[in-house]
Amino acid sequence: MILRSALFLSLLSSAAWSDEIWVTNEKDDTVSVIDVDTLEVIQTYPTGERPRGITFSHDFSRLYICASDSNSVQVMDPNTGEILHDLPSGEDPEQFVLHPDDVHLYIANEDDAITTVVDVETRRVVAQIDVGVEPEGMAVSPDGKIAITTSETTNMAHWIDTETQELFANTLVDSRPRHAEFTRDGKQMWVSSEIGGTVTVFDVETQTEIGKMEFEIAGIHPDRVQPVGFEFSEGDETVFVALGPANHIAAVNAETFEVEDYILVGRRVWHMAFNGDKSQLFTTNGVSGDVTVIDVASREAIKTIKVGRFPWGAAYRPTN
Amino acid sequence: MIYWTALQAIVWREALRFIHQRERFVAALVRPLIWLLVFAAGFRAALGLSIIPPYQTYITYQTYIVPGLCGMILLFNGMQSSLSLIIDRELGSMKLLLTCPLPRWWLLLSKLIGATMISVLQVYAFLAVAAGFGIKLPAFGYVAIAPALMITGLMLGALGLFLSSFIKQLENFSGVMNFVIFPMFFLSSALYPLWKMAESSVLLHNICAANPFTHGVELIRFAAYLKWNFPALGWTVFSTAIFTALALWGYNSARSSKS
Repeated sequence: MILRSALFLSLLSSAAWSDEIWVTNEKDDTVSVIDVDTLEVIQTYPTGERPRGITFSHDFSRLYICASDSNSVQVMDPNTGEILHDLPSGEDPEQFVLHPDDVHLYIANEDDAITTVVDVETRRVVAQIDVGVEPEGMAVSPDGKIAITTSETTNMAHWIDTETQELFANTLVDSRPRHAEFTRDGKQMWVSSEIGGTVTVFDVETQTEIGKMEFEIAGIHPDRVQPVGFEFSEGDETVFVALGPANHIAAVNAETFEVEDYILVGRRVWHMAFNGDKSQLFTTNGVSGDVTVIDVASREAIKTIKVGRFPWGAAYRPTN
Repeated sequence: MIYWTALQAIVWREALRFIHQRERFVAALVRPLIWLLVFAAGFRAALGLSIIPPYQTYITYQTYIVPGLCGMILLFNGMQSSLSLIIDRELGSMKLLLTCPLPRWWLLLSKLIGATMISVLQVYAFLAVAAGFGIKLPAFGYVAIAPALMITGLMLGALGLFLSSFIKQLENFSGVMNFVIFPMFFLSSALYPLWKMAESSVLLHNICAANPFTHGVELIRFAAYLKWNFPALGWTVFSTAIFTALALWGYNSARSSKS
């Protein structure tokens, strides 16, 4: 009877597990797991040195972590927190993106000015593509045909044909591009420029610039407004842009490219991840060592959660 | 029944006095708004705020000082009502009031309630203007602060009543400004969180922590964010009781010394 009750309770509790946000802590060499329902840290796992980029496989059974100072991409079992193996990532991997085929990982190697393509199944390097100096931002188009690397010092977005693994275009962007994303329809590609203080929008077909937005927050010096990570809302109507040391997230109308709101978050906001239905946005605040939760509908910060030191990347994982 | 009639009459008199003194209403509104829209805007970037209860995330400085400015309205009004008592005394209408065949404590309490209700109305007017400038409380916070405003208003009104029992002439009122209102306001958590004060001086922090006005402000702050703050509630109720007792004692001794 006791056993049956225990089994029932365990089933009940597992059914009640809520979704999670995983956050890399750059200075602690850990990942923190946040329960999306309780908005509390429920687990912390050790990783390699200086974890930054973070993403899940499409079935959420594997977690990929850029352990920059360990010069590897680590593969973790998210159910146990165990590091399963390392992938040959090249030197100083900072950001990466998983191809829609769920097999090819495109990794920016900051120190070597190359983009490394790794097959996560065979654990082999498929290609290494020369790009500009200090590559960082990585994106792949929804159809998987184009990958983007942005290089921080060359100030370019490099367009990679994923069939040939060769560059087919380079476009200039403003100073220190840090992050890139495609719209869901694959027609636009957005790049943030940290020092330039802008986000530039490109037409994917012609690789030409079609828009650019700047940010201005009352009471904050323009030098501190440094766009880094950004994410598209459900339906691609709004883009939420992390403004680094300005400690704000900008909500930008994705059609008019106008900034509609600024939301106060923690210090030096880097990146962000949505929950499952994109009703909440979790931002990593590097200097203050916390994650701010934003209610997307009201565009208000509702809670800030302490995580490890210098949180950097974030990724969502459903558990039900 | 006669008690209720007296209460109604005194509250109504306070309301009429308020309606006829529109400049007083404007002044009561402009003062905190200048703090909110000028002072707080200027200090927005200078004063970094860590997350402290009741806040769950980062807030702007303007958001932080709103409860303190609600307290400011109550503080100035509490003292202003004591000023009006001195005027009443000089004009002779006080004698008329106190000769009413009802216990003095009831008359004074009615006066206190009337003045506090007017103060609370002014706080809501201030909050409405602040909301117009985008500085808002949580929706239910506007309801939840009503009891906190009332208790804090009663505490500060009782203090004003107590002080007025000792001030014989209107000219002496400036002393209240210098020695009561300013120290009470600046040595509190109205403008800066106590941990910030502790960084510069532990003594100042301790004085702020002992200031009843601090507890009134914190009571309002927590209520605005739908949280209980039992220590603040306890201290505010306790201070209200003490100040009310002192005011009653002050007016009784004033009467007995005159007679």
